[in-house]
Amino acid sequence: MITIENLHKSYGKLSVLKDVSVHFEAGRVISVIGPNGSGKTTMSKCILGMVLPDGGDIKMNGQSILKQYAYRSQIGYMPQIGRYPENMKIRQVISMIRDIRKDAQQIDEELIGLYGLPEMYDKRMGSLSGGTKQKVSAALAFLFNPQVLILDEPTAGLDPVSAEILKAKILKEKKKGKLILITSHIMSEIEEVADEVMCLMDGQLKFHQTISALKAHTQEERLSRAIAKMMNQED
Amino acid sequence: MGKIIKYVFYDIVRNKIVLAYTAFLLLLTIGLFSLGGNPDKAVLSLLNLVLLTVPLISIVFATTHFYNSYEFIELLVAQPIHRRKIFMSEYLGVACSLAGAFVLGVGMPLLLLGASVTGLYLLLTGVLITFIFVGMAFLASVITRDKAKGIGVALLLWFYFALIYDGIVLFILYSFSDYPLETPTLVLTALNPIDLARIIVLLNMDISALMGYTGALYKSILGSLWGISLAFGLMVVWILVPVLSSRRIFSRRDL
Repeated sequence: MITIENLHKSYGKLSVLKDVSVHFEAGRVISVIGPNGSGKTTMSKCILGMVLPDGGDIKMNGQSILKQYAYRSQIGYMPQIGRYPENMKIRQVISMIRDIRKDAQQIDEELIGLYGLPEMYDKRMGSLSGGTKQKVSAALAFLFNPQVLILDEPTAGLDPVSAEILKAKILKEKKKGKLILITSHIMSEIEEVADEVMCLMDGQLKFHQTISALKAHTQEERLSRAIAKMMNQED
Repeated sequence: MGKIIKYVFYDIVRNKIVLAYTAFLLLLTIGLFSLGGNPDKAVLSLLNLVLLTVPLISIVFATTHFYNSYEFIELLVAQPIHRRKIFMSEYLGVACSLAGAFVLGVGMPLLLLGASVTGLYLLLTGVLITFIFVGMAFLASVITRDKAKGIGVALLLWFYFALIYDGIVLFILYSFSDYPLETPTLVLTALNPIDLARIIVLLNMDISALMGYTGALYKSILGSLWGISLAFGLMVVWILVPVLSSRRIFSRRDL
């Protein structure tokens, strides 16, 4: 569904992505892992068009998305740290996005209900805790029933109950044939929801395999050990 | 686009600075008119104050607003909206609300206390100056990521156009006073939107007769319909150049 070809990106002298080529199929949950600063967020932002790559191409359903914008109606994005206009209330943020996206045919308000956001509708975004902001981000990402979901460390600030709700939602959406990209550092979580693991190291693709292939390849039972083995492998 | 402008408007109206700006202009205009004398004199004093404060407030307010709406912009770029549209909505939202404040604050009392053609010219140039300096503010904001630096650049731009430029012009006129300088002064005027605005208004007053030979030349060129249209055309160019270049930078940069 999404193909990345020879993606390059550098910030000044710092080269963040070096020749990354990868293909993601629909109906899969792909976990993007890698050390801090390995280019995970930059890659997701490139797919979203927030960061413009220096070279290479990104294709969605066979069409290049560079300099396009309409394709974003098919993407739900949950940022690592959601930043919202401080003096807007939760209700206003949600209704504003819905107003701007009026042409969206399907609305999925499940997460808004499960997270109990309506009870907090009149709180200002600036006064929310990090976890509550994450809940708003998650609700907004799933709101328009997009075909692709990009979740950047989605459970990092969430309490265990909310994290479980999100994981259940991810699995539910996967069954509907959506492509879900998750960056995460929590191995147990990856094992629970992901089908494939894609590892970036220093801006280069280290490996991209299904979890079962990874375990078989390294002859390890536990995913964390398998990944550690793969990461330390010299190629 | 209309929808995004609506939310930008909404945000600006809630932060009370624009209301305070309107009240300030209102007080200023009514105050100058009630000082007595003929309305032409009041318009002249108003012109000098307006040409100093309107650029300053426009450029500082627009720069801070742009940096403060960074979160809003970030929220929108992940949505299926063209970046150019986001940028233009921000620009039009800020420029139109400041221009609206100006029209309300200066235009309303002008109409009530004695509207002359000069007053109308003052109103029109004030609106154009607002659009120009909001454009420059956005240019300053898109070229630097740092808020303090952006406001610094904006203030420098204001300082240059409102104060330093006149000094440079005077210096040039003084140093080359032995040469015919009519055409160069015209060109120098075109290079500063504030001077352009001042001359458009001044030439519609009787005092232009006091401006000497250059004034007479200005009058002969800018006094005609053609000249006035040219001056307004130049001001529109002053709007378009910063706005279009900052729009271009904005749609090609990382967020």
